Amino acid sequence: MMIEQRASAATDVDLDDAELDRELDRTWAARTSFWGAIATVDHKVIARRYIATAFVFLVLGGLLALAMRIQLAQPEARFIDAGRYNQIFTVHGSNMMFLFAVPVMEAMAVYLVPLMVGTRNIAFPRLNAFSYWIFLAGGILLWISFALDTAPDVGWFAYVPLSGPEYGAGKRADIWAQMITFTELSALAVAVEIVVTVLKQRAPGMSLDRIPLLVWSMLVMAFVVIMAMPAIMFESSTLIMDRLVGTQFYNPAEGGDVLLWQHLFWFFGHPEVYIIFLPAVGMVSTILPTFVQRPIFGYLPVMMALIATGVLAFGLWVHHMFVVGLPRLGESFFTASSMAIAIPAGVQIFCWLATLWSGRPIFKTPLLFVIGFIITFVIGGLTGVMVASVPFDAQVHDTYFVVAHFHYVLIGGAVFPLIAGIYYWFPKMTGRMMSERLGRWAFWLIFVGFHLTFFPMHILGLQGMPRRIYTYQPEMPWGGLNLLISLSAVILSSGFLVFFIDVARSWSTGRPAGQNPWNASTLEWAMNSPPPRYNFRRIPVVDTRDPLWSGSDELPVASGLRTDRRELLISSVVEALPEARESSPRDSVWPFWAAIATSIMLIWSIFSPWAIVWGSIPIAITLIGWFWPKGIAEDES
Amino acid sequence: MKERPVLDVSKLPLHGMGTASPAWWGTCTFMLIEGSAFGLAIAVYFYLMSLAPHWPPDAPPPDLFAGTCLTVLLLASVVPNVLVSRWAQQRKLGRVRIGLIVMSLCGMAPLAFRIFEFPAQHVSWDESAYGSIVWTILGLHTVHIITDLIDTLVLACLMFSRHGDNIRRYGDVEDNALYWNFVVIAWLPLYACIYWVPRL
Repeated sequence: MMIEQRASAATDVDLDDAELDRELDRTWAARTSFWGAIATVDHKVIARRYIATAFVFLVLGGLLALAMRIQLAQPEARFIDAGRYNQIFTVHGSNMMFLFAVPVMEAMAVYLVPLMVGTRNIAFPRLNAFSYWIFLAGGILLWISFALDTAPDVGWFAYVPLSGPEYGAGKRADIWAQMITFTELSALAVAVEIVVTVLKQRAPGMSLDRIPLLVWSMLVMAFVVIMAMPAIMFESSTLIMDRLVGTQFYNPAEGGDVLLWQHLFWFFGHPEVYIIFLPAVGMVSTILPTFVQRPIFGYLPVMMALIATGVLAFGLWVHHMFVVGLPRLGESFFTASSMAIAIPAGVQIFCWLATLWSGRPIFKTPLLFVIGFIITFVIGGLTGVMVASVPFDAQVHDTYFVVAHFHYVLIGGAVFPLIAGIYYWFPKMTGRMMSERLGRWAFWLIFVGFHLTFFPMHILGLQGMPRRIYTYQPEMPWGGLNLLISLSAVILSSGFLVFFIDVARSWSTGRPAGQNPWNASTLEWAMNSPPPRYNFRRIPVVDTRDPLWSGSDELPVASGLRTDRRELLISSVVEALPEARESSPRDSVWPFWAAIATSIMLIWSIFSPWAIVWGSIPIAITLIGWFWPKGIAEDES
Repeated sequence: MKERPVLDVSKLPLHGMGTASPAWWGTCTFMLIEGSAFGLAIAVYFYLMSLAPHWPPDAPPPDLFAGTCLTVLLLASVVPNVLVSRWAQQRKLGRVRIGLIVMSLCGMAPLAFRIFEFPAQHVSWDESAYGSIVWTILGLHTVHIITDLIDTLVLACLMFSRHGDNIRRYGDVEDNALYWNFVVIAWLPLYACIYWVPRL
């Protein structure tokens, strides 16, 4: 009887809003100290760290790109020597793919998915904290090695035999491989959290056909991560083993095979493109309806297109290997599948155009970037269909045509939507609006700068300029275009500079945003900006795809959750019927220590195989500390 | 926005079991990751086999004894494993405690045979790509046995502590049993691959 009374006293049933806010604030509060900051498991705080760190890596990678452009601006320049140039393009590519693009997209998911599905924290929040520290450690490893002139110099896909024991002297290739292990470990951890959050923590009533499209895209992305990333972890581990303990995976003399490397790499590497691209199109499908003030045209086809893209992503990898001499039948199959992926992409583009057509577009900065994305991505997609054809690919393989193509699909297809997303969700994340004036400047500088920088690379490629050369002779007809590209890169960079200035200024002095400055329809706009630590005072109940456009100014909610422990709702997979009240873990420093122990083991294992044995002991200890119950309210059942 | 309560969840349990538990789903997702890795290892095995003029190259097929004993042991361990899981579902603390001790032994015994599996391959990891992939598969699976063994040992300690009699722990025991089943089932194609494919 006593217990029952206590339990009922600690729920939110009889509290008014202010009292409830106070109670929840106390339960979900983090300590405001250094260790409190280390220990936090709030998905919003961790996502902000992830995003900020990833943008720091974007700036660093961008500076490397500028260094390459200075070197290539004129023939036979002496700005960078060949060895350093190899390091620069390797670190630029690895950094942009593994330390910027994938983490920043996952970070957007970490921030937005719990808010959009209507829950109070991500699933496995401590794993989330762990994943951030691991990501940070991997990034620091790469950049410290670059600062020490020991950075990898074997290209971002580190083909053997160049990266193998025979040619790749020193520890450069090992640092590349272990940086991969770090970032894939963190990506896999986040993928697990996203899958479980989306499947089990949705607001009551948010059945599968009412999930916001961004959440769908993140779910598909998470599954692609889960299926694709083991390949690269297998690969990075076997490379280190070949180099350290003499396994023969990639040594043809002992029955190994160098093409095995390419198969494994691209079995991961092509889905990787969609790991970056799917979240981006999810953002587009979310932002676009807001700025035409009507629901997306063709929710179902767009959702099916996301899933189809995720499946087809695994059937394309050989198109990166058309020139290595594979059987003709195989090449034809992969040509067909590579062209087939244009179909789901086309479905989405037509749905977006129909949405734009049938609404009244409001041309704010996020919409500008979305339109910039559609234009740029269509161009990149068209060159994609071109290089899917074997005879064409054989001509332009390893030339600047390919460099142009993948910058069009990666910057056009992912960075434009990402910046649109930052302009769109910045008010939610910080409580302040970004500047519309600076936003327009940023858009036009980035858009024009981007096309002036990368379009001429198509022509350079057709003129035969190979990628990854540190200089070229004055007799080659490439000088003029290279100078134009280098000058245009300055315009592009100035656009990013304006964007960063806007972020910094708006952070402190932007106009207050309020709950829902864009009059958007999804749940993340139902609470104050920035959201309170517990996200939702009461968990919303959803009966439509666009809950905030239901025409009522009231939000249907669930009551009866406890306030004396961190509690959220678990719901069924398909219909999102509530199944249980589940506790959400409290802050803990153990994930941080587990990440430190893991980092020591991983870096040590570059030098000695015994690191796996001895390094695992501290990891086991920290994991036990992490999971050992502390006898608190969250442990009750 | 003004909030209008339309649903009372105060009668829901404080923790879900089985598919209502995020930990169960987390375990399944991890199994999907690990399963992908095992699948890749098998794919690499067959890829290397397709390149070799004969298989296994320059070595007799591996001796069956240690590997087969280990396989039988693993399969037999499924029986107590399923029982522990069932007892956990029924929240029988005493039986779960005994079951976890048995399962800890079931985790250790295969390791004794595993030690002899490596020499039974008649090839070292650095002799050929064949040796590399076989040792890697064995090593990868051994890591899974050891991980689950440590997990079981820690859980056994937990169940003897004051934190033991808690639905949450019983759920942990069930998830641990689920993972052990995965470790056993994942071994079967690996066993067929290592020991029987070279005899085809």
